[in-house]
Amino acid sequence: MKSQATLLAVLMSLASAHAQEPPPLPAGLGSSSAETQDDKDEEQSGAPALPSGLGESQAPALPAGLSGEEQSETQLAEPDEPFEAPFGLTGFIEARAGVRIVSDPYEKQLSIGEVRAQLGRDIETRHATFHVVGDLYYDQVEDVSDVNLETGRGFFDLREANVLVRPLDFLDIKAGRQILTWGVGDLVFINDLFPKDYRSFFIGRDDEYLKAPSDAVRASVFNDIANVEFVYTPRFDADRSITGERLSYYNPALGRIAGRDAVINAMTPDDWFSDDEFAARAYRNIAGFEAALYGYMGYWKTPEGQTPLGTPFHPKLSVFGGSLRGPVKGGILTAEFGRYFSGDDKDGDNPFIRNGETRFLVGYEKEIANELTAAIQYNGEVISDYAALKSSLPPGASAPDRMRHVVTLRLTKLMLNQNLTLSGFNFWSPNEKDGYFRFRASYKLTDAWLAEAGGNIFYGADNNTFFGQFENNTNLFVGIRRNF
Amino acid sequence: MLSKTLKLAAAVTALSISTAFAQDVQEIVDKASAAAYYQGEDGRAKVHMSIKDSQERERTRDFVILRKDIGDVDNGEQRFYVFFERPADVNKTAFLVWKQPHADDDRWLYLPALDLVKRIAPSDERTSFVGSHFFYEDVSGRNPDEDNHVLEEETDDYYVVRSTPKDASDVEFSSYKNWIHKASFIPVKTEYYDENGEAYRTYTALGVETIDGHPTVVKSSMADERIGGVTEMTYSEVAYDTGLPEDIFTERYLRNPPRRELR
Repeated sequence: MKSQATLLAVLMSLASAHAQEPPPLPAGLGSSSAETQDDKDEEQSGAPALPSGLGESQAPALPAGLSGEEQSETQLAEPDEPFEAPFGLTGFIEARAGVRIVSDPYEKQLSIGEVRAQLGRDIETRHATFHVVGDLYYDQVEDVSDVNLETGRGFFDLREANVLVRPLDFLDIKAGRQILTWGVGDLVFINDLFPKDYRSFFIGRDDEYLKAPSDAVRASVFNDIANVEFVYTPRFDADRSITGERLSYYNPALGRIAGRDAVINAMTPDDWFSDDEFAARAYRNIAGFEAALYGYMGYWKTPEGQTPLGTPFHPKLSVFGGSLRGPVKGGILTAEFGRYFSGDDKDGDNPFIRNGETRFLVGYEKEIANELTAAIQYNGEVISDYAALKSSLPPGASAPDRMRHVVTLRLTKLMLNQNLTLSGFNFWSPNEKDGYFRFRASYKLTDAWLAEAGGNIFYGADNNTFFGQFENNTNLFVGIRRNF
Repeated sequence: MLSKTLKLAAAVTALSISTAFAQDVQEIVDKASAAAYYQGEDGRAKVHMSIKDSQERERTRDFVILRKDIGDVDNGEQRFYVFFERPADVNKTAFLVWKQPHADDDRWLYLPALDLVKRIAPSDERTSFVGSHFFYEDVSGRNPDEDNHVLEEETDDYYVVRSTPKDASDVEFSSYKNWIHKASFIPVKTEYYDENGEAYRTYTALGVETIDGHPTVVKSSMADERIGGVTEMTYSEVAYDTGLPEDIFTERYLRNPPRRELR
């Protein structure tokens, strides 16, 4: 017996002589060698699997090699206590300042100069989840001091105030003020006709402000054939679009760039339950691709019509479309189209109301290097009744191109352990010879503090094209934010 | 004489028993992968990450992770739902992964402030997960089929397995070595080596608890000399076989988080 033990001991020491030191067992894992030392009986080499119960009893005894002491030392270096707002509030405070880098005769030099506090709160009950988010802000550039919950102007912008219920297993209903998004475009929206805020987008507010809130009911029905969503907005929610107050634009009536001297004051449909909007989406997965169909009935989100007296208004609009999104060759391919029916200009022969259109996009996104992602997208817009439009134009008026092409390119690079994000997004239209370049660097100073800087560069050969008209609004901004 | 023969026979038997128990290396790595990533049919845990850079500056992440194995098949298809709580700037951000063992994972991110469901292009699995020293692959598992495995050594407690990538261009290491606890098949330590055979990256299981009958790593760390610093990951409120419905892992719950399951 003794010689057998000796033999095994020799064999074991030989085996371990050239072997690397095995890691010590962590707390909770049983050691078979410890076991055999305890009851120095036979069978030690055979002893294969300890029953799991033994693992438990072997509890904490961390062997020496494991940095037991080091560990407690690092734990002493306490992380700074995260700031918790009272009453379970979450959100941020931030300051943001920006200037035009070209002079604009119709606007202030300062493009943004604001302090903002966003406060949010969720309340969960057995049957419902309540969610409220509101922004208190003061913007040096803003002239309006009265709060307007529709436009988000004044000093308070109610972003969300809704309740979510699940009355049936297959039904979700969210009612109240909410942010709504669907579709597959990257900063190009075809079937997403929920309100946008291009003012915020162009002056360097955080990306989240591109989406303006809707006051709506969203009902989502889930089943195996296709999930279906309905969004009913009882009173039309327009885009927070460019009016000239903060951002200059091309005014066709004046035939030049205008701004605070010619503020657009559009008639906005605002009767509850009659000036309403209805949007729907059906979607399902097909062979790894997400397929969706969309419908919308409402109004152009920007004032695309003019009354005989020259007052801008929001003509009727219906949209039907579809989208696909899925993996192709290590990237994500997206495709979307939408047919826009301009309800107040069915034949397309009214030059004062925007014509119907077919819009489509194809995009592809891929990680092209370590933590560097590139996304390219083509977006086309074709006027539906081009001949009718052309022949209806007053003599001397120049006709738009039948088709507008836009190519977008996005590059996003993460650096410094993902604490620094560099991103650039460029819109470029080859036929309108204009574009818009957004870039941003944001750095997480700590888990709570974020500093960022960026710019919005508009360029174009002509001053009456989509992006070209905003050339004088080209701006740079910096911001700092404390999240809690 | 008789006793001598018996002794010899006993010794031979002891040796042959140990050979019989020495497992096929493929079986070992498969079991290790299952023990690390496929315990139970589904699981949930709260995760706290402490990310320290080379200058000891700390950042933290807190999230809840839900997992379901499709058809309860070990090393097969899985779904993950990750719900971030901290830091505050990612609060309520949800991340959905459909893991396919032999293809790119499908991944979606939900940004609540924009109500945006973004499909994320497949990335290199060996890039940082949320800025930590853990890679995506460390969190969701590296498919054992991607490497060739050799059982280098067997100690009382461990199978020591050396793994070499079948496609070296896919990864930053030239090989890695795994100390797999014999009894539980839990990988206790993993060391990654560069082309010179120098270890530069080390995973360590720091604590194991048996939860619902499954040995579970509740604390682990990843140190990486190339990046500098270390991330410590702590699991709490771990539960298995909670009967997570598969539809949790769909767009419906990305947009409206499954609060009951996340609590």
